Amino acid sequence: MQASRLPRYVDIVLIPILNLLTALFVAGIIIAIIGENPFTALSVMLKGAFVYKGGLGYTLFYTTNFIFTGLAVAVAFHAMLFNIGGEGQAAMGGLGIGLVALSLGGLLPILVVIFLAVLGSALFGAIWGIIPGYLQAKRGSHIVITTIMFNFIASAIMVWLLAGMLMAPNQMSPETVSFSDGVMLWQMHEIFNKMGFDIGRSPLNLSFVIALICCLFVWLLIWRTRLGYRIRATGFSLKASTYAGYRPEIIIIVTMAISGGLAGMMAVNEILGVQHRVILNFTSGYGFTGIAVALMGRNHPVGIIFASLLFGALFQGGAELDFEFQTITRDMVLMIQGLIILFSGALAYMFNPVLEKLFLRDDHLIGPKND
Amino acid sequence: MTDFWFQFLLALDSTLRVATPLIFCAMAGIFSERSGIIDISLEGKMLMAAFVAAAVAYGTGSPWIGAFAAITVSIIASLIHGFACIIHRGNQVISGLAINILASGLTVIIGIALFRQGGQTPTLPKTSRFNSLELPLADVFEKNIPILGVIYKELISGHNILVWAAIISVGITYYILFKTTFGLRLRAVGEKPEAIDSAGISVTKMRFQAIIIAGILCGLAGVYLSTATGAGFVKEMTAGKGYIALAAMIFGKWRPVPALFACLLFGFLEAVAARVQGVEIMLIGEISSDLLIALPYLLTVILLAGFIGGVTPPRAIGQPYIKER
Repeated sequence: MQASRLPRYVDIVLIPILNLLTALFVAGIIIAIIGENPFTALSVMLKGAFVYKGGLGYTLFYTTNFIFTGLAVAVAFHAMLFNIGGEGQAAMGGLGIGLVALSLGGLLPILVVIFLAVLGSALFGAIWGIIPGYLQAKRGSHIVITTIMFNFIASAIMVWLLAGMLMAPNQMSPETVSFSDGVMLWQMHEIFNKMGFDIGRSPLNLSFVIALICCLFVWLLIWRTRLGYRIRATGFSLKASTYAGYRPEIIIIVTMAISGGLAGMMAVNEILGVQHRVILNFTSGYGFTGIAVALMGRNHPVGIIFASLLFGALFQGGAELDFEFQTITRDMVLMIQGLIILFSGALAYMFNPVLEKLFLRDDHLIGPKND
Repeated sequence: MTDFWFQFLLALDSTLRVATPLIFCAMAGIFSERSGIIDISLEGKMLMAAFVAAAVAYGTGSPWIGAFAAITVSIIASLIHGFACIIHRGNQVISGLAINILASGLTVIIGIALFRQGGQTPTLPKTSRFNSLELPLADVFEKNIPILGVIYKELISGHNILVWAAIISVGITYYILFKTTFGLRLRAVGEKPEAIDSAGISVTKMRFQAIIIAGILCGLAGVYLSTATGAGFVKEMTAGKGYIALAAMIFGKWRPVPALFACLLFGFLEAVAARVQGVEIMLIGEISSDLLIALPYLLTVILLAGFIGGVTPPRAIGQPYIKER
């Protein structure tokens, strides 16, 4: 990342919006090329995401997934670690929930089982983050490659278990038996129903609240604790961190544990909130979307909430495209996601030279050039 | 025993078929990463090329025009990668990831817009594909020469031209990298770009040339998938092969010939995995093909961690070059 000489609001508000608009503009051109009206598509998506009854619930349900995986990527980013293993960590988190719920469900009080299941997801995700963290810190393997490999290893383990020893008897699809009654998180529409509001049916559940608590936790951790300071210091300069006596290898492993744990908790929303059994491929790429979310949200919990909401709306609105158009499907969302990662990640500073000219007209403000 | 021998031979034969796209992509990765550009977008470029090859071959009836178009598109994807991370000094991993995700989405959207078959292309007739070539005298040899004749017929003969191209590409890669001035410069740019720069050679130009070659090779891998082994494009047909190739490249320590063997090893594991499901082996018990599929990834992790010999990636990999003023 290069140091920006631009005013802060330009850096954290204007540039992300500009990048997003560029991505959407390119997406619009592609939609026009395949012969559909991009504005109709946009309005269908917006209606599906916010206006139709229950639409907002679905949007916030997807948002929950992205908050977890986005936070996971962001925490690692603060230590300059690129965790693209969110997909595998989330899958393992699902396994953690499954093992707790299937072995203890019915034996212990329901609330205890749910609590342990949430812990199980974080623990299993954390383990899947700690190993690449350890390999990076102590053995010098590159975390990007190891986490990619760990995604595939996790997927193989899930297939092996769900089509093998954990597979429900008399079933054809690779999934476990349903958890015992009550081992699930409460649905928001039921909670609101009891209070006398009708918000329409949606899979939105208490995980949303857990996700928001995690945002607060990450904010406190990164900016208000000694560990957070050390994580940022390690990310800023490994040498300085060593010199200060922070033992960066420990910091790296701990950071990856927290990051993996957060990604693992994505399974709470999907498995404990909706499926109530472990199924194959429930992560459906949300781990990768977390990267886009963290990039757009500039690794800050508040930014991540907004970016997650954007992607939540994209996913829910994208589902609506399936019904309305013959030629546009959910894959459109994948394409837009790719464009957003390209423009707000890899090309994040494309507009910097132009903006610097606009905002820093006075020569004395620019200061000495150091590149 | 003869049956086992024959099965083994068939496994080797399918090893070659499975390994072909891996070899192309691993060589692509070597060119890119030796010049200092991390390339996790092998997968995406291969996927785009597979789609374009099938779509154009279907439209024109010629696999050659399809291949040409596919390579062009794969090069364009490479150039986007270069635009982001060579010119704008963006993060190379993020850029690669963006291309992969973009490829997954675009291929299906355009596929549906063109053919309305849920993202697939129509099945290609035999004339629009690269078909397998029976080498001369294969049947005669099989009948008259013991052992070697069978090997000739089952293993050597009956492959399409791209299988051979893949193997030849290893030799070419080796030659270019280690026997030409261009190759020397390319390797230097990935190790110590400032040295190349002070010799008056453009780092930017060298890196662009490297990734364009990578684009061509990924293009060939895609062409192979959809118009040689396959008869058309299927959604997500690369199915992680780009990442296995990446693993093979690392496993081969960024060198062409060891990478070829890594590709063959990983291909062999996949070919075996398809055959051993449910087979009992002494002492080990039943082998799970689900786990066997993860073995390449696991081996790569173990190798990278330095448990089997050391690995040193190109020194300047992943770092954008900033010219001194």
